[in-house]
Amino acid sequence: MYVELQNINKRFGSFQAADNVSFSIEKGKLIGLLGPSGSGKTTILRMIAGLETPDGGDIIIDGQRVNSLPASSRGIGFVFQNYALFRYMTVFDNIAFGLEVQKKDKAYIKQRVNELIKLIGLEGLEKRRPHQLSGGQKQRVAFARALAPNPHLLLLDEPFAAIDAKIRKELRTWLRETINKVGITSIFVTHDQEEAVEVADEIIITNSGRIEQIGTPIDIYKNPATPFAAKFIGESIVIENYGQLHGFETSEGYLKAIIRPEFVRVTKKEQEIYPHASERGTVEAIFFRGNMLELRLTVGGLKFISYRSLEDDVITVGEEVSILIYRLYLYNDYQVRLVENMAFKANDAFTI
Amino acid sequence: MFHLKKNSGMRKNNVIPGFGLSMGITITMLSLIVLLPLFSVLLTLSGTTFNDFWRVVTDEQTVATYKVSLSCAAIATTVNVVFGILLAWILTRYQFPFRRILDGLIELPFALPTAVAGISLTTLYSGKGWIGGWFDKIGIKISYTTVGIVIAMIFIGIPFVVRSIQPVLEKLDPQYEEAALALGASRSRIFFKVVFPEILPAALTGFGLAFARCIGEYGSVVFIAGNIPYKTQITPLIIMNKLEQFNYAAATSIALVMVIFAFILLFGINLLQARINKIARG
Amino acid sequence: MKEKIVKVILILLGGAFLIIMLVLPLATVLVYALRQGFETFSKAITDEYAVKALHLTLLATGITVIVNTIFGVFAAWTIAKFRFRGKQALTTLIDIPFSISPIIAGLVFILVFGRIGWAYPLLEAWDIKIVFAVPGIVLATIFVTFPFVSRELIPLMQAQGSDEEEAAALMGAGGFRIFFKVTLPHIKWGLLYGVILCTARSLGEFGAVSVVSGHLRGKTNTLPLHVEILFNEFKLTAAFSVSSILVLIAVIILILRNIVEYRVKREER
Repeated sequence: MYVELQNINKRFGSFQAADNVSFSIEKGKLIGLLGPSGSGKTTILRMIAGLETPDGGDIIIDGQRVNSLPASSRGIGFVFQNYALFRYMTVFDNIAFGLEVQKKDKAYIKQRVNELIKLIGLEGLEKRRPHQLSGGQKQRVAFARALAPNPHLLLLDEPFAAIDAKIRKELRTWLRETINKVGITSIFVTHDQEEAVEVADEIIITNSGRIEQIGTPIDIYKNPATPFAAKFIGESIVIENYGQLHGFETSEGYLKAIIRPEFVRVTKKEQEIYPHASERGTVEAIFFRGNMLELRLTVGGLKFISYRSLEDDVITVGEEVSILIYRLYLYNDYQVRLVENMAFKANDAFTI
Repeated sequence: MFHLKKNSGMRKNNVIPGFGLSMGITITMLSLIVLLPLFSVLLTLSGTTFNDFWRVVTDEQTVATYKVSLSCAAIATTVNVVFGILLAWILTRYQFPFRRILDGLIELPFALPTAVAGISLTTLYSGKGWIGGWFDKIGIKISYTTVGIVIAMIFIGIPFVVRSIQPVLEKLDPQYEEAALALGASRSRIFFKVVFPEILPAALTGFGLAFARCIGEYGSVVFIAGNIPYKTQITPLIIMNKLEQFNYAAATSIALVMVIFAFILLFGINLLQARINKIARG
Repeated sequence: MKEKIVKVILILLGGAFLIIMLVLPLATVLVYALRQGFETFSKAITDEYAVKALHLTLLATGITVIVNTIFGVFAAWTIAKFRFRGKQALTTLIDIPFSISPIIAGLVFILVFGRIGWAYPLLEAWDIKIVFAVPGIVLATIFVTFPFVSRELIPLMQAQGSDEEEAAALMGAGGFRIFFKVTLPHIKWGLLYGVILCTARSLGEFGAVSVVSGHLRGKTNTLPLHVEILFNEFKLTAAFSVSSILVLIAVIILILRNIVEYRVKREER
């Protein structure tokens, strides 16, 4: 394992930022630390960097315990949330700074900086000051500056938080590809699950200073280990009284269930295929979501959401429709359980 | 993010080098230049009994200086708050010729040596001066009376009040007033109900700073005051007199009273401000 | 219409206040300085004692500004860039000279170095004179203007945050490199602003200096003290002539101040 955290604890006054945190990261992986505000993810990142000192536990990088190693000797590149570019230096000087500190010779610095400027695609902007750059460009410079001294580990604190939604997507793809190209082990912090799912090889979900789950994005989506993970990854809606739905029955110890829009299939009444497994419900509202429709549905007292392709038959507000629910996550304070629609499964088997 | 606002202090980690050196230099210089000399006040008084101390600081003539200092400072500072709000208002809200010059002029009492201000005000307000001459004709004397002290204190206090209020008015969104205007409030009503509460904490700070400065001020007041015991003698002047008589114990005793008073004043203003801010935030 | 009248009245009221309180005193100095002709004026300002006083004033101001700038930068760096216990207390202690009468500022040095002072035997042994001599004047001036530079820098550095410094430290830069390359460019105008304020106040300091100077004419007289002596000797024209030098410096400082303040505001945007 390249980076290892063992039983890390950190308190700020009464605030528990890290509560017995342990995890390990393989070399070359791109890891997303995902969690809501105040979940402790930034503190974890800053402790790995050496910007904060843990109250207890060990941080190991490349087999070496680095707790007492100063931040500057850990061989880490850090991209700050607001980039922290040196406002009074040019793009070139910003990227060259770390190399100058290491007293590299001028020719090497020039060659290395130019190489990085090419990598980030900002040729011709070397002489600009940070305030003359767009958000995306600043981010690229911060990235190049962190990479310049050839760190072994790259840490990024909310790398996309300060960027317009429009270019954020483009930048995500770029960052992923560039990190792969450079081949550096990287950890980034984000509160945006979509971002984490799209960019990271593996996701670490944090909540209230604890780790909820570690795994690939698909893994977490399919098999959430905790109710928090289930709710945090993917769209989800919480319902009670799930026992009234066809094909499901109330399970001991599980009062609530999570339902994802993908688990719900809506058909026009007359096209209903599995009557035993389906519900009758009403369409309360329809929203256009750019590339699909979002339907708000009610069945009895329960409300949930489904998506519908624009190519499908037109459904109108107020219409009574057939609703098939494939599966639910049942959960309580400690556990999550996936249950399938039994009537649908039986029916399915029957038709085959 | 939690670490940005709520815990802004936390962000400063001691990763940045140089803490020991800069802290060391700071503490050493502060101790040598400010703390140690100030401590000498207490050291000097340790040889004095409390009864002696009390006799000196409650001596009739000394008490008279407190009264002169406090009452003149109170009047001058009140005048300054009124005109300070007025000046801050016209400088931020109106455009008119010479506005920038007037704005720059506010700082004059900071830049002008107090002794120069003192002799200039004394001459200007004396019986033969440009302004004093007019008042002399109707039988009012300004220089060498308490009125003169008040004038000198107004002079040195202006910038404190204006410069406390001005930034608040600049930041106060005009939409705020426009909203009140749209609701049909009159101009004066808007000022007293909408604008005034906003600038009150700043005005208080200005009041406190100006008041403290007025009480301690020496250079610009000493000339115009005339230094007549029981009438126009201010507290810093009586300390100076005691020093000239080499009565160090008495001078130090009165100085201690002034220092304590200044601390109480600033502490009180801070407290009041905290309370006002609390009310404003709910 | 009514609004316009109110506006005009307010402006006139404010303008009149400033003219009476600030412009007239300034004009008084210049008019009185020149009322007996230019020759008397130039004689007064080239007077031997006046020139010596000017030298001493400039010397004291120079030392004060250097000392207080060094202190201000280190203090601001300590308070704005690090977290430690007792930071609030330290900030308060630094501000003490603001709330203390200049007379008391002078007095405390007499209590340390004067005949009754606890450091007096030591000084006597080494034959050093501080009170009633030049070092006393310098010390008193430093005391009075002690917080000026740090006061300007602390809020500026705090608003700046320490991300850039952290980034530089992370790359292994040392304290001096970080300060000169990263921090200083941010605060240069604020620093200049503080230095100007400190200069202005040092040049004109009267009360504290008056206490420690002992009024040895030609030896321990600063320009403001020289003005006092002339005024008390009823040499009005000479007093105002010498004052006009100080007024000139004050006006230059005011102009500089406004330029710098404008730059500081622009930087903050």
